[in-house]
Amino acid sequence: MSHSDPAAVRKSINTYFMVGAALLVFTAITVGVNRIHLASIALAITVALIIAVMKGSMVAAVFMHLSHERKWIYGALLLTLAFWIVLMSVPLFTTMDNIGTPIRVPSAAPAEHKGR
Amino acid sequence: MNIPYTVEERPDSGLANGKLGIWLFLASEVMLFGALFSTYIILRTGAPEWPHGELSVLLGAINTVILISSSVTMVLAWASLKLNDWGKHRLYLIMTFVLAGVFLVNKYFEYSEHFHEGQVPAHSTFFAIYYTLTGLHGLHILGGMIVMLYLLGPGAKMWKKNPDQFANRIEYTGLYWHFVDLVWIFLFPVLYLL
Repeated sequence: MSHSDPAAVRKSINTYFMVGAALLVFTAITVGVNRIHLASIALAITVALIIAVMKGSMVAAVFMHLSHERKWIYGALLLTLAFWIVLMSVPLFTTMDNIGTPIRVPSAAPAEHKGR
Repeated sequence: MNIPYTVEERPDSGLANGKLGIWLFLASEVMLFGALFSTYIILRTGAPEWPHGELSVLLGAINTVILISSSVTMVLAWASLKLNDWGKHRLYLIMTFVLAGVFLVNKYFEYSEHFHEGQVPAHSTFFAIYYTLTGLHGLHILGGMIVMLYLLGPGAKMWKKNPDQFANRIEYTGLYWHFVDLVWIFLFPVLYLL
């Protein structure tokens, strides 16, 4: 692979240290932003997740060498991403359907409503 | 009989088998943790109220720093092998192992403090998902430590007879370890901060 050349490896070592330092800075920013107490919980979640995605991308791209990998790996990960999106949509499906919402039937006896 | 493509790349995929194997394993891990993150979202959005400040942000942040540092030492352990520096490789791998151990000790103190206060998994929905997510992550740390221990001990002999295959093993261990770090990068804000 492209990392077998010693000169390239030496160059990569500097990158590893820089990314490690950047990850620590981003961790400090995440904690710092949390202490400010943003206006809404939605904003706080968005900011924290954006920083987490940035940190995660750096780990994947540099430490896991995903910035230069073979297409089979990308293919496997794209498939994973597709299934992962479905998995993350499950909570959305639960709020979109009517499972758990009481069905009002005018003729039903009152006792049947108590079950919910 | 030798197992083919442990070092040389397959002509069709351009990859050694182990590399594709570890990535497929990590793909299954994405789904495992993904399912639990999805569960977390359902539990949280369905709960009338969600506790804040139950966990120590300081301990969580310290563990984040520990895991990030261990990821750096892990990748350096692999890079040292590529530079034929066995001494540095051993040093960095031992450092990664020790940092993983410190993470678990930290987690032990955190857990025992919660247990002491009666915050067991049955205490609330929050603690149930907290223990499930961090417990599973902790088991992954333990698994990584066992592999590292093997590579530091009996597995290290391979460096003499087949250095390329040994470097690949370190690389795959590293890929797994960085994934464990990556999961924590998401667990920390989700459980400790939000």
